[in-house]
Amino acid sequence: MGILEGEKVTKFFGGLAAVYDVDFKIKEGEIVGLIGPNGAGKTTLFNLISGSLSTTGGEIRYQGKRISNLKPHQICKLGIARTFQSVKLFGNISVSDHVFLGSICGTTSKTKTADAQAKSAILLELVGLSARKSDLAKNLPLAEQKRLEVARALATGPRVLLLDEVMAGLTATEVNSFTTLIHQIRSGGTTILLVEHVMQAIMAICDRIIVLHHGVKLAEGLPQEIAKNQKVIEVYLGTDAYAER
Amino acid sequence: MLNVDRLSLFYGKIQVLWDVSLTVAEKEMVAVIGSNASGKTSLLNTISGLLTPSSGTVEFLGRVLQKMPAYLIARLGISHIPEGGGLFPDMKVHENLELGAYIHAGEKGRKETIEWVYGIFPSLAARADRLAKTLSGGERQMLAIGRGLMSKPRLCMLDEPSYALSPLLVMEVFKAVRELRDRGTTILLVEQDIKRALEMADRAYLLENGHVVLEGPRDLFLQNDHVKKAYLGL
Repeated sequence: MGILEGEKVTKFFGGLAAVYDVDFKIKEGEIVGLIGPNGAGKTTLFNLISGSLSTTGGEIRYQGKRISNLKPHQICKLGIARTFQSVKLFGNISVSDHVFLGSICGTTSKTKTADAQAKSAILLELVGLSARKSDLAKNLPLAEQKRLEVARALATGPRVLLLDEVMAGLTATEVNSFTTLIHQIRSGGTTILLVEHVMQAIMAICDRIIVLHHGVKLAEGLPQEIAKNQKVIEVYLGTDAYAER
Repeated sequence: MLNVDRLSLFYGKIQVLWDVSLTVAEKEMVAVIGSNASGKTSLLNTISGLLTPSSGTVEFLGRVLQKMPAYLIARLGISHIPEGGGLFPDMKVHENLELGAYIHAGEKGRKETIEWVYGIFPSLAARADRLAKTLSGGERQMLAIGRGLMSKPRLCMLDEPSYALSPLLVMEVFKAVRELRDRGTTILLVEQDIKRALEMADRAYLLENGHVVLEGPRDLFLQNDHVKKAYLGL
């Protein structure tokens, strides 16, 4: 049994099938990449898993239990946290308070504020934002806002972490340090599903890759298999150069 | 064509640009590279009049820009394609494009320009009647670039055009940028895909913490050990 599974997951927007009949199975401790052309339905699938959208058909299961159509906060409490492609932060709240809010999410009134604050400090260190902890979120550059979203998501103590294009806009060197961070998160026992166009990162960290195209699963396999897949090259990669890495 | 001289910029008490000087000659393609928060976007925002520098000058075709409002700077022929798009979400795709040609209102040729943009980004043509807010992240980026091209700018400032695009579309976008340059448009490019930016540009500037720490022809950058290690991940 996978920790996160989808069976014939389908979402229609009016007459448009944004996600159609998609099956997937993520095993505990895996890092799985979700790639595909812009508009393929990747973020929609994230929204279905995290409960931001309700499914039109099919079923999503977490630890064997159906979660499709639960509310986002219920899914978060069960252990699935996410970041957002277009960042969703509170502009006028400080960096450290964002992570603090994540830490107290789903906890009871008995949770000590000091504990949550200590946890926040550790996470800010992990994502490299300690020096900016007092800054308002709106004053961070985009790449740092994305790292803040990662810290906030981790603060909820997830078993599964969904990362939506957290490495967009980073330099090659910054991508390398982010991939190290993702490995660290996995070593801590968190399963990771990530949407990403940065192939340098995808090829380096993913155990498996799922490719979506027009809402349908086009391919699934090991990074090297995907990089050589003619259909994937045609609609997405544009070149077979990624197979050589 | 563009002459930036000893520009300094503050956000409140925090200085983000320190004596930045930069020139772009006609038909040249110049890249500004640097890590996040190094001041690249702030530099573009200052040139296009969205931010006011505390000292220094910006000249474009002999006109002083630093006290001119942004809309007049756009009329002089500078098109700024911002990071993240800045689209009109409740307007249709083709309406967003038409607004990009606003400064040429009433002129002929707009239709050809739209067709050219649709040729570069066919998926925009297929979504011409959709509201901008219903586009995916990558499609929004394409629309932002397309809108910036609609004014047929003399100087095109692109802030991370490859942001959030699939590898295939990144190639398409850079192909479009090259085509733009080959048509005689001068380009100032800010890009995190530093390797690709350096491959295309004639010259480059490296910003670190708001200072220009390296400038010169692209070969100088491609051979520089600091650039290789800190930016190209080699």
